[in-house]
Amino acid sequence: MKTLVYAEHDNASLKDATLAVVTAASQLGEVHVLVAGSGCGAVAQQAAKIAGVTTVHVADDAAYAQQLAENVAPLIASLMATHDAFLAPATSNGKNIAPRVAALLDVMQISDILSVESADTFTRPIYAGNAIATVQSSDAKKVITVRGTAFAKADENGGSATIEAVSGSGDSGTSTFLSAEIAKQERPELTSAKIIVSGGRALKDAETFAATILPLADKLGAGVGASRAAVDAGFVPNDYQVGQTGKIVAPEVYVAVGISGAIQHLAGMKDSKVIIAINKDEDAPIFQVADIGLVGDLFTVVPELVGKL
Amino acid sequence: MKIIVPVKRVIDYNVKPRVKPDGSGVDLANVKMSMNPFDEIAIEEALRLREKGVATEVIAVSVGPDKAQETLRTALAMGADRAILVVAEDVEPLAVAKILAKVMDEEQPGLVILGKQAIDDDSNQTGQMLAALTGRPQGTFANTVNVSGDSVHVAREVDGGLQTLSLKMPAIITTDLRLNEPRYASLPNIMKAKSKPLAQKTPADYGVDVSPRLKTLKVVEPPVRSAGIKVADVDALVAKLKEMGVAA
Repeated sequence: MKTLVYAEHDNASLKDATLAVVTAASQLGEVHVLVAGSGCGAVAQQAAKIAGVTTVHVADDAAYAQQLAENVAPLIASLMATHDAFLAPATSNGKNIAPRVAALLDVMQISDILSVESADTFTRPIYAGNAIATVQSSDAKKVITVRGTAFAKADENGGSATIEAVSGSGDSGTSTFLSAEIAKQERPELTSAKIIVSGGRALKDAETFAATILPLADKLGAGVGASRAAVDAGFVPNDYQVGQTGKIVAPEVYVAVGISGAIQHLAGMKDSKVIIAINKDEDAPIFQVADIGLVGDLFTVVPELVGKL
Repeated sequence: MKIIVPVKRVIDYNVKPRVKPDGSGVDLANVKMSMNPFDEIAIEEALRLREKGVATEVIAVSVGPDKAQETLRTALAMGADRAILVVAEDVEPLAVAKILAKVMDEEQPGLVILGKQAIDDDSNQTGQMLAALTGRPQGTFANTVNVSGDSVHVAREVDGGLQTLSLKMPAIITTDLRLNEPRYASLPNIMKAKSKPLAQKTPADYGVDVSPRLKTLKVVEPPVRSAGIKVADVDALVAKLKEMGVAA
């Protein structure tokens, strides 16, 4: 079976999300990677070094600079003539493009897989992670998005894939990129952070959130996350949100501060290796999933913790 | 212009789903059902565009069981002008997208606004598939929508921040949580909604084959986390962190 993996990148460097997808793809067969972008030669070099990748297809065209689904999906669909499965990370980019590819191929997509059971059978979470379904696809070609935290990352070194240039139909002319506002994060990126400190509504406001959560995160070298309540209240930008509708994370240690533990939030973090909860309500649902719980007022506990670390 | 808003009847988001002991699925008997929360946001956005004079008519469409009528009545009570129910059980996103593509052919809308995902199957596919089938541009995970002339500007929530695109209409938009705060249907409007038109169709009327491509072999509970411990104070927590090697 020949698989095609969609490389997540920003035209300058390959994103970690791609490595987990390579691992999933290697469980199906021969791994090819598609790098679609503009001036993305360095990304292709990086992709070629990933252990297990045999071929890197590079589509270098101004039309792919922003990886707009309207332009990239037909390119992928045409490459699928010689591949049996298309796998993309379940990132906002992957989720945007993959279903469009699936419909062009007239196949059902299998979203957010957690494991590969066989060439046509996969497991995936449904109902916000409250159930795990095993699904079997009867489609000739498989289109799959992969939950990054469910697969180990492939080794970034050790591969020596051949790089081939490919081209597609270019600009569809139906969509145009206007601008991007990227939130500045000096801390580790959420989806790849080993430790995450996350805050909830109990943090009161943006200033209190920053003053309480950030020192603890810095002490631990952790990424910073937030619950939906904290995001909706405007404490932090929405790309901090951990949950069913935000980011799905599975760090080594997840510290939930002032987070009650709603289903929607748990869906995004309950695969973390160790969960630590600090909350003054001892009946908060977060304590049912926490490995270590501390009942106490976060405004006294957290500064004390920062002081003692 | 017309706006089409597809809505789905799903388990209410406050209900904790229970997996059936035989592993055949999630138990939906006697469980409270509601409109998918992202679809409420989609209806709200369509109504706001109508209130701004950008849209003339808002049509709610559902592909689902007979009972999805209730969901469509909710959409009508919020303010949608009319509704179409395509009666079919357990239809996959690809088939829903095919039906919606036919509805688009008939109605010629300027925009189709969908929720970004349904909270039952968590697929996040239908909008993108509809865009592919109709060859139209897609503005997924919309945070802000502005129609200007024959194009629509959509600010999208992407990993790392926001991205703004300009799409030629007709376009397909899927809503993210922060697009708006959906309104409640008032009692007079709920009464009024009962007399608004609701057309009933079947997939066969549109010539769409809805046979599933994916077979669910089993559904199980997620692995249960083993019970944790509670520590008495910060010193004990620090000791635990040091034990785990998290803190020096």
